[in-house]
Amino acid sequence: MKPSERTLPVLLVLLIAALGFAAMPFTDWLTLSAAGLAMGMMLFLMVAGLTLIFGLMDVLNFAHGAFITFGAFAAGTVFARFPQLVASDRWEENFLILALAALAAALLSGALGFGFERVAIRRVYGAHLRQILLTTGALIVAEQLAIVIWGPDAIPVLKPAGLRGSFLIAGAAIEKYRVVAALFGLFVFLLLQGILAHTRIGIIVRAGVENREMVEALGYRIRPLFAGVFVAGAALAGIGGAMWATYAATVTASLGSDLTVLIFIVVIIGGLGSVGGSFLGALLVGLVTNYVGFLAPKLALLSNILLMAAILLWRPRGLLAAGGR
Amino acid sequence: MTEQPLLVLKGVHTHIGRYHILQGVDLEVYAQRVSVLLGRNGAGKTTTLRTILGLWRASAGEISFDQHRLNTLDPPAIARLGIAYVPENMGIFSGLSVRENLLLGTGPKGFRNSRLEEVLASFPLLREKWNLPAGTLSGGQKQILAIARAMMLPRRLFVVDEPTKGLAPAMVDVLLDAFLRLKEGGATILLVEQNFAMAATLGDDAAVMEDGRIVHVSSMAALAQDEALQTRLLGLSLASHQ
Repeated sequence: MKPSERTLPVLLVLLIAALGFAAMPFTDWLTLSAAGLAMGMMLFLMVAGLTLIFGLMDVLNFAHGAFITFGAFAAGTVFARFPQLVASDRWEENFLILALAALAAALLSGALGFGFERVAIRRVYGAHLRQILLTTGALIVAEQLAIVIWGPDAIPVLKPAGLRGSFLIAGAAIEKYRVVAALFGLFVFLLLQGILAHTRIGIIVRAGVENREMVEALGYRIRPLFAGVFVAGAALAGIGGAMWATYAATVTASLGSDLTVLIFIVVIIGGLGSVGGSFLGALLVGLVTNYVGFLAPKLALLSNILLMAAILLWRPRGLLAAGGR
Repeated sequence: MTEQPLLVLKGVHTHIGRYHILQGVDLEVYAQRVSVLLGRNGAGKTTTLRTILGLWRASAGEISFDQHRLNTLDPPAIARLGIAYVPENMGIFSGLSVRENLLLGTGPKGFRNSRLEEVLASFPLLREKWNLPAGTLSGGQKQILAIARAMMLPRRLFVVDEPTKGLAPAMVDVLLDAFLRLKEGGATILLVEQNFAMAATLGDDAAVMEDGRIVHVSSMAALAQDEALQTRLLGLSLASHQ
């Protein structure tokens, strides 16, 4: 991929932000842009693993939403277990509870991912129809399992006290939690990019996304690598789910299935197998959702589908096809 | 020939889906020699190479390399025996830089300076393109990169599929030089090559395939001298390439 082909999608994100800037008052734009960036970063955490597992092993995992759901419930459970840390006005205790929630989400979803890959996914390599049937069924089973464990009602998820409220920046109210979510998402993106670009295992993953067979012919075993990526992707989805539930202040068993369409839109917009593409796709979806929701609420539900259609008309393989980072 | 062959295929059959492609291939490749596999399009040459590499499973027959039965091994295990593969499509990772492509050809410890310098001295253009995405290279440059990647570790066997396909004559000469250097260094090469002139220049031994079987085995020199045989087996002669 030529450098200009990578630059254009970045410019598109900036163009969308500029269009929003031109279409609304500055303070609204700033608030909505921050919300869009935070939403985008959380979506990115949820899809980073999904896009890599598709790119590496051609596996369509419609059960990915289950990792989001269980991560969200794990965080909700941790918050409920340590209310004193949630209510504390000391920032270090607030960050401690956030870190504990993220760790619990990553461990639970990662463990589920490990089991799911060994028990189910390995049986359906190379069979797309069976993958769709199996993983869709698994999502339904996981949703029911969540209901059995945590009940059918929505569980409130209280933000840590220090992250409630907003910063006032240039007259615009920007939620503190959104800033934290955006910064954390950016950190994870940079970390992933660093691993993919500068470590041997990252280079093998990128090569495997392009041409799995050739990687094996060079002497590298793809399946253990895939299993590792699957578990890491599930853990990241769990963290994304935890952050989303904290942002929404509630979690239900249907969280994952509710988000499934959205996360697939992000993956398709970004280009299957491309982490960088997913990052840009998630930012686009986050910004467009917030801008359109403000400017033309009736179009809000349709906006992401239209965005995906427009991107695919421009680049049928997504913003950054596999092989790009 | 008295020494033991390094690679032996005995009665190898390969099915791809419902198609029976290899129908009892018998082939021997000797150490420190260049064996050229010839044949018309669709004769089964690429399938033979891919079956040796384990990329397609042999449905019957034996493939042995030194003391190892390759039939029971998967592609990574076969590669780790010291078999390098340069496929027809070159197998270059377009999104990775030239450096990263070469790095994938090294062992767990990464680049060894002496080996790297040796390879870069053979192919100086790779030094110039070091940090560029491999996708920006021309077809010939990608082929050079693929061969250089295969040379990043000492190999016991190079399996190379149609390296000159679609390349400009100047690039064919560069590749020929590279293979001649490999040959002088004592490498064992199993080469599928449609360019008969190049095959005749490089090859020590020749095997001709037809309909999934080996139908002729001789020294390359003997085949190169017999125009009638070339025409009968390959549908063309060396003279038509010159």
